[in-house]
Amino acid sequence: MKPAPFNYVRADSIEQAVEALAGSSDGKVLAGGQSLIPLLSMRLAGPSLLVDINGIAGLDEVRADSDGVHLGALARHADVLANTAAREVQPLVAAALSHVGHATIRNRGTTVGSLVHADASAEMPLILLLLAGSLDVVGPRGRRTIPAESLYIGPLESSLEHDEVAVEAFFPALPPMTGIAFEEVARRQGDYALCGVGAVVEVDGGHVRSARAGFMSVHDVPVVAELTEHLAGMSLSTQEGRVVLEAAVEHAMGALDPAADVHASEAYRAHLARVLAKRVVAAAFSDATHRAATRPAVGSEA
Amino acid sequence: MTSTETRHDVLLTVNGVPHRLNLPARRLLSDCLRHDLKLTGTHVGCEHGVCGACTVLIDGKPTRSCLVLAVALDGQEITTVEGLTNPDGSLGCVQQALLECHGLQCGFCTPGFMTTIEAGLKQQPAPTDDEAREMVAGNLCRCTGYQNIVGAVHRAAELKRDSR
Ligand SMILES: Cc1cc2nc3c(=O)[nH]c(=O)nc-3n(C[C@H](O)[C@H](O)[C@H](O)COP(=O)(O)OP(=O)(O)OC[C@H]3O[C@@H](n4cnc5c(N)ncnc54)[C@H](O)[C@@H]3O)c2cc1C
Ligand code: FES
Ligand code: FES
Repeated sequence: MKPAPFNYVRADSIEQAVEALAGSSDGKVLAGGQSLIPLLSMRLAGPSLLVDINGIAGLDEVRADSDGVHLGALARHADVLANTAAREVQPLVAAALSHVGHATIRNRGTTVGSLVHADASAEMPLILLLLAGSLDVVGPRGRRTIPAESLYIGPLESSLEHDEVAVEAFFPALPPMTGIAFEEVARRQGDYALCGVGAVVEVDGGHVRSARAGFMSVHDVPVVAELTEHLAGMSLSTQEGRVVLEAAVEHAMGALDPAADVHASEAYRAHLARVLAKRVVAAAFSDATHRAATRPAVGSEA
Repeated sequence: MTSTETRHDVLLTVNGVPHRLNLPARRLLSDCLRHDLKLTGTHVGCEHGVCGACTVLIDGKPTRSCLVLAVALDGQEITTVEGLTNPDGSLGCVQQALLECHGLQCGFCTPGFMTTIEAGLKQQPAPTDDEAREMVAGNLCRCTGYQNIVGAVHRAAELKRDSR
């Protein structure tokens, strides 16, 4: 099918984009279009106005500093993935991005667009939540920073107002003595995952100091489970550690309510979440021990 | 509705030829190429980004033409499968390789594979087998099977090296 007619404004500045959105009740920002255009073509969305932000200069920045990774609204997935400084400062971003669609989709789709789109089966909303990052948005009332924890309110629903434009995402840097891991199961490479899990584990002298795991494609929003109280003081490479990890994952499963769809039953999704969580938390632990051994000095990972 | 729809001026350079067009905003690039410019080499399969048949190069980067609005590309350069032939009209390296390796049967998916491989070989002029597979991983073919297409990636790389 083809999109229904809509008005189209190509904004030259953020102010112009905000003004155009504020003047319409159902206007939508057009970034990479890799989620929005299919919705228009399938007529699942029919906004009366599209505000194209692709012509706004300076929005395509990918910047890594000791605080973390800053991504402008027009930073394409492919540009973020190719940025070696960003990969060093926060490796979890690249680890998850390589699972976002195929290279051709990543050439056009933006990471910020994916954060706003808020698909529960998308990788980057989970990563922003797991790392406690944030999104900066500009609206008629000025600029504000939305912490990831208050960004995701429902399936395909983020807490942006309809007249706000997301301008920059921030993913905090990986602290010293900390490791990451991400894994997902999809029916075909490049597809949206049936289930995906990411983890961040901090170690101290070969033992867990803090640990959290995040689940995507399980719930209708991404979910992060705090595992520190279960795992603190444990080494996850021992038999005892693995038993404790199993119990911690079981506890985290209590907060999840896996949904069934045409691709996977509830029970299969729960199974994937369990298996991946154990694997990913253990992998993040070894990553942390490895990083602690190779870069023991206190200071920035970058 | 259509008759009163606002139209926008846009300049698209397609395969090196500039075209001034006046289009409704909702015209997908795939439809613009096929209907307005009569470049029917670009095929449309799923129209939601999944199959890859409509892939063209926008400023050299493989992009789904069914997932971009033509009016959003003012001033940009587009290469379609028609642009992959040599100036004398003979088949370009990627086209020749697909032919030699029996990398197509019905040919519906072929234009998307060709544009993708053309750009892929610029980044990776001598791909490993894994890289060749990854290069075409976002394109679907319902009849040929992927072995011969992956073979064609290698053959095209060879032809490109020889032609230098
Ligand atoms: C075949 C295919 C496979 C894919 N696979 C995956 C996958 O595995 N994982 C995954 O995560 N994604 C996947 N995607 C989606 C892709 O990552 C999109 O790029 C992303 O979801 C949206 O980014 P975009 O820039 O294309 O946004 P658009 O499509 O332009 O916009 C999406 C939504 O966000 C809003 N929006 C975008 N940017 C802003 C902004 N700056 N301010 C305010 N609102 C904004 C739009 O108004 C719209 O509602 C896939 C897409 C396709 C076509
Ligand atoms: S027609 Fe564009 S990807 Fe299938
Ligand atoms: S040759 Fe028929 S779909 Fe690929």
